[in-house]
Amino acid sequence: MNRITTLFKKQQQEGQSGLLNVYFTAGFPEANDTLRVLTALQNSGADLVEIGMPYSDPVADGETIQMSNDKALENGMTVKLLFEQLENMRPAITVPVLLMGYINPVLQFGIEDFCKKCAETGVDGLILPDMPMDVFLDEYKPIFDQYGILNIFLVTPQTTEARIRQIDAISEGFIYTVSSASVTGSQTGVSENMEAYFEKLNAMELKNPRLIGFGIKDHATYSKACEYSAGAIIGSAFIRVLAEANDLEKDIATFIKSVKAPSVATA
Amino acid sequence: METTVANQPYQVNEKGYYGHFGGAFIPEMLYPNVENLRDNYLTIIQSPEFQKEYNDLLRDYVGRPTPLYRAKRLSEKYGTNIFLKREDLCHTGAHKINNTIGQILLAQRLGKKRIVAETGAGQHGVATATVCALMDLECIVYMGALDIERQAPNVARMKMLGAEVRAATCGSKTLKDATNEAMRHWINNPEDTHYIIGSVVGPHPYPDMVARFQAIISEEIKWQLQEHTGKENPDYVVACVGGGSNAAGAFYHYLDRPSVKLVAVEAAGMGVNSGHSAATTALGKPGVLHGSRTILMQTDDGQVVEPFSISAGLDYPGIGPQHAHLFASGRGTFLSATDEEAVQAAFELTKLEGIIPALESAHALAALGRLGAGPNDTVVVNLSGRGDKDMATYMKHLD
Repeated sequence: MNRITTLFKKQQQEGQSGLLNVYFTAGFPEANDTLRVLTALQNSGADLVEIGMPYSDPVADGETIQMSNDKALENGMTVKLLFEQLENMRPAITVPVLLMGYINPVLQFGIEDFCKKCAETGVDGLILPDMPMDVFLDEYKPIFDQYGILNIFLVTPQTTEARIRQIDAISEGFIYTVSSASVTGSQTGVSENMEAYFEKLNAMELKNPRLIGFGIKDHATYSKACEYSAGAIIGSAFIRVLAEANDLEKDIATFIKSVKAPSVATA
Repeated sequence: METTVANQPYQVNEKGYYGHFGGAFIPEMLYPNVENLRDNYLTIIQSPEFQKEYNDLLRDYVGRPTPLYRAKRLSEKYGTNIFLKREDLCHTGAHKINNTIGQILLAQRLGKKRIVAETGAGQHGVATATVCALMDLECIVYMGALDIERQAPNVARMKMLGAEVRAATCGSKTLKDATNEAMRHWINNPEDTHYIIGSVVGPHPYPDMVARFQAIISEEIKWQLQEHTGKENPDYVVACVGGGSNAAGAFYHYLDRPSVKLVAVEAAGMGVNSGHSAATTALGKPGVLHGSRTILMQTDDGQVVEPFSISAGLDYPGIGPQHAHLFASGRGTFLSATDEEAVQAAFELTKLEGIIPALESAHALAALGRLGAGPNDTVVVNLSGRGDKDMATYMKHLD
């Protein structure tokens, strides 16, 4: 069974509280930091990790992640190099690993070659925000299925109920719940509007668990999101930590622990 | 404007594709807006009430029909019969306003309160700011920081028209980056904002919608050429292509007339193989850019390559999906002109006909000697814009 599916099943069986999914950009701050950051995240208590494939034109991302994309590309990151960096991550890395990015670099690599590489390196899922659902279903789903790669879809406050149900029906793993109408990194908290939207999603009794992302930056926003879902996704706030880090392992540990349980971090 | 339901090999199909190209490759955050547009655009623009308002504005405000001018001295020089479609005489100085008039009327009917747009040379920005002033809607225009520097007169016009001009400071600081920023703005403001894309690019239905609003160009060419020559089909229609909106309009009614050669001229910058070019079909590969599957300039890793052209309006790494289909299917002939050739062509037209063209349109003129058109052929060049905005560049070449 896919590590993502297993993780959520285990969470449900054991009544474990909110899972933390952390995003970082591959090849940031330095080209060779990918595995180092991934390892530090696992050691610090991240439950899933989402590795961003840097892209020249990330339209769904705000300034912080754009900056990390630009820096990673300057550092020479490519999809090919990323797979080389991840080649021997298993078995030391036990957490589910997802790749997030835009579809064009994946198309240039070749969808089938890409999924095959994911399976070989132990990548469990993909998040490709600009891949349309109909194209996925018509052209790519059989390939994803063949290699056991899950495709994670997004829903937003503007997504209609009918479309949410459609997404739920074809999703496996989890549904990425975008907290508000925005690009990444531009939100400041969890508002009452968002809570109403999260409650609406809960009431729909979807078959897939949900992780809430966009605007999650600290313990308060993380725990708020966890009240309404299986967990939360942190992106831009973590990129800022990486950008300012003096000691990667230590600063990653301090931040992740402060998000999950602030008392531990200050101890 | 074209309103018939398209059922032709070079028009968009019911799924939003032109052959392999097109579609709507957009993040979920944009889906509801794009879906709303897709579900409503044809009904709205085909309604008689919309048609009347649109056509009245094109006539009384834009100044249509624009003339089809027989360029005698230019024809003599090239040994063929050249007609110029004078889009440069449109209000605001280019064809761009045909589209912005259409889209602002659409935005009003969709209940939108604010307009966002991207611009390269500033012509689309000015055309958008103009219709926003006309209709009293808030207007935000994203423009690459580099373009803000090289197109100062248009920046001033937009500001005087009441638009807020925001600099795109990422990437190459040109049209591609302005488009990214406009899309981000739309993601952040999904309820009250309409995004007026200025070219035949973006997710379906934009390429089709913009082409329909620009189709007035070839609709007029047909009857005007009939008046001039007794036949409505030329042998060649020539237009420059950045994203390709003026070409899409000039080609529209000739797509299914195979005897009419459709010639698209891209910007070769300092030379197709110089590393400083925007000749997309010569240098690009299929991929996804700004919401559609098209041909774009990219690295082996799928990163978008920064284009280069002296002309801000052609400085774009992709082309509209319909043009990608015309290229791939062989229906269109794709040529390119360098910066230098375009400037020379601009001076030539000015000297022979007393018309100063926009740098963009000068690329189309630069291809005249390479068409192979003879004394019995008729060539229509879409003169998409006028050169006022480019005077600083032209002055540098005056001696």
